Amino acid sequence: MKQFKAFVRKEFYHILRDRRTLIILLGMPVVQILIFGFALSNEVGNARFVVLDPAQDPATTQIITQLDASRYFDYAGSCRTYREIEERFRREGIKLAVVFPPSFNQELQHLHTAQIQLVTDASDPNTATTLSNYASAVINDYQARTNAVAPLPYTILPVTRMLYNPQLKAAYNFVPGVMAMVLMLVCTMMTAITIVKEKETGTMEVMLVSPVQPLKIVLAKAVPYLLLSLVNVVTILLLSVYALEVPVRGSIPLLLLESGLFIVASLSIGLLISTATGSQQTAMFLSLLGMFLPTVLLSGFMFPIENMPWLLQQVSHIVPAKWFYQVVQSIMIKGKGLDGIWKETGILLGMTVVFLLLSIKNFKIRLA
Amino acid sequence: MKMITAKNLSKVFGGFKAVDAISFEVEPGEIFGFLGANGAGKTTAMRMLCGLSRPSSGEATVAGFDVYRQQEQIKRAIGYMSQKFSLYDDLTITENIRFYAGIYGKPGRFIKEKTSALLRELHLETEADKRVGSLPLGWKQKLAFSVAIFHEPQLVFLDEPTGGVDPITRREFWNLIYAAAEKGITVFVTTHYMDEAEYCNRVSIMVDGRIEALDTPAGLKQHYSAASMNDVFLQLARKATRSAD
Repeated sequence: MKQFKAFVRKEFYHILRDRRTLIILLGMPVVQILIFGFALSNEVGNARFVVLDPAQDPATTQIITQLDASRYFDYAGSCRTYREIEERFRREGIKLAVVFPPSFNQELQHLHTAQIQLVTDASDPNTATTLSNYASAVINDYQARTNAVAPLPYTILPVTRMLYNPQLKAAYNFVPGVMAMVLMLVCTMMTAITIVKEKETGTMEVMLVSPVQPLKIVLAKAVPYLLLSLVNVVTILLLSVYALEVPVRGSIPLLLLESGLFIVASLSIGLLISTATGSQQTAMFLSLLGMFLPTVLLSGFMFPIENMPWLLQQVSHIVPAKWFYQVVQSIMIKGKGLDGIWKETGILLGMTVVFLLLSIKNFKIRLA
Repeated sequence: MKMITAKNLSKVFGGFKAVDAISFEVEPGEIFGFLGANGAGKTTAMRMLCGLSRPSSGEATVAGFDVYRQQEQIKRAIGYMSQKFSLYDDLTITENIRFYAGIYGKPGRFIKEKTSALLRELHLETEADKRVGSLPLGWKQKLAFSVAIFHEPQLVFLDEPTGGVDPITRREFWNLIYAAAEKGITVFVTTHYMDEAEYCNRVSIMVDGRIEALDTPAGLKQHYSAASMNDVFLQLARKATRSAD
């Protein structure tokens, strides 16, 4: 125990002395949450739209007013021709054009159905999709309200209800993603680097000659990063609740426990990498390419897994971050309890055990 | 009791005999020089004795313990300083001492008293709270040696401890080695510097994984009718067929 304490104290010295790294490690989640939350969001606010409205009847006017009133859109005037719409798209960076047919109101009254064309700038497909979704939602909303008071319903359109994220808030998606990313970086990369660093400087050899058990060396390395990661988890949760207004619907202790599990998994991957490499650069490279990239690309938080080719979908199953992402999403956004996420938790647990056993076995082989 | 005994100790990597059936003994309190060209197998042999590497065949005991079965006891009985640096640059002198003494499980009071005695001895009292990274190389090496024997081992292994320092600092370093030997610590040292070989009680010279010669420096010079250890070494090393790694 005395040996272990000496070790842990030393690890804390290393981390606290290296101010720059410490600032990066603690600041990273803050910066990422802020970047994803405010700068990189594919949520759109105040997108300017134009209208081609030959009819100019009460129905079209109401729809336009309602669009303008929503916080996503700003009315930027009307056009008389398609050509004019195109010009304004190019010149002014208009994001959306709403085109009504010449006899909108009559069609509604007599045929009980009418069409509205939504034109978006699809050179940025994500924004375009989001905008047309928002606009449709506003129009549907208008229709629902009119139908409620009208003697005869005009038409019945399928209403898409967006579960869990009715406002299509992007923050709901990336908070769990940022959590997975930050934990992966801190635990996997930093553990791998610090252990390999001791190999490089020769201090590892001295320790292996000493009576300390190798397992203690490794555990002592993990303790400070475990604490650091928990601090990061709490930071992310506080920021997302208070700055981004993403609620935590499920149990917070459960969320922390699951994070703890993912942290241990990441630490053991870091350890595994450190046993397989001899230089800090290789360790960093392996952690970035082998763990960080899959976390970003294949966990489902940036790109939906369902849209990937079959092969990539299969690969995504072995990315621990994917399961953790789903767990956090379920607890935070959907408010599920352990009974709703036992499968994901089981898979994470299994992966952790495998990585831990592999790395400890590998660590021992290296000593022989 | 002999401090080290080795009998036909070998280490084979694949088909390559890094250490080829070496046999020798080291007496308690002796300063034993372990010489050889690069790639002759010194480091491999030393690693087997320290418990860092398992011998392929042969027998060996260190401080009376068997290298196959009693590695834990061996680890408690020895100190070790490698050619690569073994102190932490971002820790202060005191913290380094405390850490290494801590991993040998020494009690707090022992560490405290011995640390101040050591700092006085090395004239480092004023530097105690400075980070090791800011010290000159020669000081670091002296400190690393003192740390390696801080837990009062019976035997200390030094792997090319004086690489890269000037002759004056090397001389000072050897004074520390003599002081340790006087306290009864056996010193097992590998070196490239032939003037250092002259400071040893006995030296062995390894060529291509085998011990080609083992005697006192005076004995070796007489046997090979050489003026210095340098000449002895050159005569033996020329026989090597293996190239340095």
